[in-house]
Amino acid sequence: MKKKKEQSAGNAARVLSVEEYLSQIDFREDDFEFQHKDGFEHIDTNFASQGYWKEALVRFRKSKGAMFSLICILLLTLMAFVGPGMNEYTYDQQITVNQNMAPRVPGLEKLGILDGSETMRTSTGSKEINYYESNQLEDTWYWFGSDSFGRDLWTRTWMGTRISLYVAILAVIIDLAFGLTYGMVSGYFGGRTDMVMQRIVEVLNSIPYLVTVTLLLLVMKPGLLSITFALMFSGWLGMSRIARAEVLKLKEQEYVLASRTLGAKSLWIIFKEILPNIFGPLITQTMFSIPHAIFTEAFLAFIGLGVPEPLASLGSLISSGYQNFTSHPYMIVFPLLVMGLLMLCFNMLADGLRDALDPKMKDM
Amino acid sequence: MKKYIGKRLAISLVTLLIVIFVLFLLLQLMPGSPFNDERLSQEQIAVMSEKYGLDQPVTVQFFRYVKNLCKGDFGVSYVISKDTSISVLLENRVPISFGIGGEAVAFGAVIGLILGILAALKHNSWWDTLCTFISVIGVSLPSYVFALALAYFVGFKAQWLPLLYDGKQFFASSVMPMIALSMFTVATVARFTRTSLLEVLDSEYMLLAESKGITGPTLMLRHAMRNALIPIVTVLAPLVVDLMIGSLVIEKIFSIPGIGSLMVTAIQSNDYNVTITLAFIYSVMYIALMLIVDIVYGIIDPRIRLAGKTD
Repeated sequence: MKKKKEQSAGNAARVLSVEEYLSQIDFREDDFEFQHKDGFEHIDTNFASQGYWKEALVRFRKSKGAMFSLICILLLTLMAFVGPGMNEYTYDQQITVNQNMAPRVPGLEKLGILDGSETMRTSTGSKEINYYESNQLEDTWYWFGSDSFGRDLWTRTWMGTRISLYVAILAVIIDLAFGLTYGMVSGYFGGRTDMVMQRIVEVLNSIPYLVTVTLLLLVMKPGLLSITFALMFSGWLGMSRIARAEVLKLKEQEYVLASRTLGAKSLWIIFKEILPNIFGPLITQTMFSIPHAIFTEAFLAFIGLGVPEPLASLGSLISSGYQNFTSHPYMIVFPLLVMGLLMLCFNMLADGLRDALDPKMKDM
Repeated sequence: MKKYIGKRLAISLVTLLIVIFVLFLLLQLMPGSPFNDERLSQEQIAVMSEKYGLDQPVTVQFFRYVKNLCKGDFGVSYVISKDTSISVLLENRVPISFGIGGEAVAFGAVIGLILGILAALKHNSWWDTLCTFISVIGVSLPSYVFALALAYFVGFKAQWLPLLYDGKQFFASSVMPMIALSMFTVATVARFTRTSLLEVLDSEYMLLAESKGITGPTLMLRHAMRNALIPIVTVLAPLVVDLMIGSLVIEKIFSIPGIGSLMVTAIQSNDYNVTITLAFIYSVMYIALMLIVDIVYGIIDPRIRLAGKTD
């Protein structure tokens, strides 16, 4: 690079505008190439640097538990959609003659399991009974059995899984819509805004979750809408804390300063510059709030604040099955299994995602 | 330190006042009043309202409500047992719930600590795998899954322990609820103990202590555990929340006459007075515990303890 003309001493005091200055410079092709390029540039092919997401994907695939959980969740989701349509019963159809039928599955019954018989215990002893034989229902199959109203538990269990999955999606939306925005705004603006917003969170945080939820349901009728509100009330607090902490870590970095110098507005910086860099911990936090939300729904159902009959959720099935779980254990076993599997898989998936996205947090 | 405690105390008080205010508002909004009787004439209602101070401004009523709560006068139950004072209703139930809750915390903490320490000392052995397995299961599955499994296999099939609560044999009938309730505590404590102990064992001051010739229990207790236990204090608050929520369901399953099952009954039978009183009691317990945890953490963690001195 060479200047067209040397500045004379007399002109030095004059400050040049950028355009003037640039017009004085004559650019050449090789100005933008490294000097002595060959010789010092080695590309490490063994440990080629990969993108963050690609590396995370590799780490995630390696974790057996997480992959297993992902497959399990996908299967359960599939069953929640196709399961209720797989037999001729609907979730609210009551066939009163077919009450309390034990599970009976074609094929498996020849092996002696799930053949429709159950043990009845009385004070005088126990007896093996089979309602399908005694009622001449050779062509009737209740895969998971039927409940005390004669409703098919297979259909009801998968309908209940739908509600749990709805709650899971809801938890994600609430986390992202409320928690994320609240935490990021609070962390980014800092100062008095942060002060006020954090005091609100602190107060909300010190009211026990149990109390807010029950109070909310005292005012509202039990049902999906009130469960939604109950989750909205407290579900986002954890997320807002994480989002705030992550923003605080990043907002003093040079690239944010650069963006601000270029004239970016606050909202642009928050969502376009900072957000993409903190996705990892946020996804992990979202995943952890899913099992929490599913559990909340089941808990509410258990204390009688779940979805109203004849709708079924896994929680309400467990809650009604427990009434007579000593005489008809099958009524509670299947919803309990699906519920347990769902909770376990979401937790293990969240663990796997955390290890993949945020390897420093491993072992926590 | 004083500033820190003062700040925590102020936040707790504000929270408590907000909770009481919300509860008071709910009581006002709830359908039905004590004078919901058609035989009462307008004048009689007016006289009674005056007697109980219901004709006074809402602010005066609010402060009287706060005063009553402080005195332990929670009003009467309308549905569960008509016209019984709620304090009488609670009298016998609180000790039972606290007994089982206390047992669960103690059991969970001891077992969790043992599992966590074993897993950290025998890192990457089958103990470690077992500990990880138990913590994943314990954190993931709701406590009633354990409760129902225990009730079915131990209580019903094997009949080793009473299936339902029996006041005459408190300990025997509290074993199953205690184990079911404490699973989350076991899992969380084990997990945190393992992580923080592994970190401490890896540190340079442990190497120094060992090279100075300190061995065995002194090394573990004086040098390792003392530092490893600090982060465990932080998980106390979520544990208490889980215990409270768990106790509602577990007391119902085992028919334990505690405050948890009373809460469920009150919610199901729309006994607003009882529900709101119990909500108040749960809030007080929770807020007090959060305060204690924060202060204890401030005392044992020098970074917080010393922060005030530089001001």
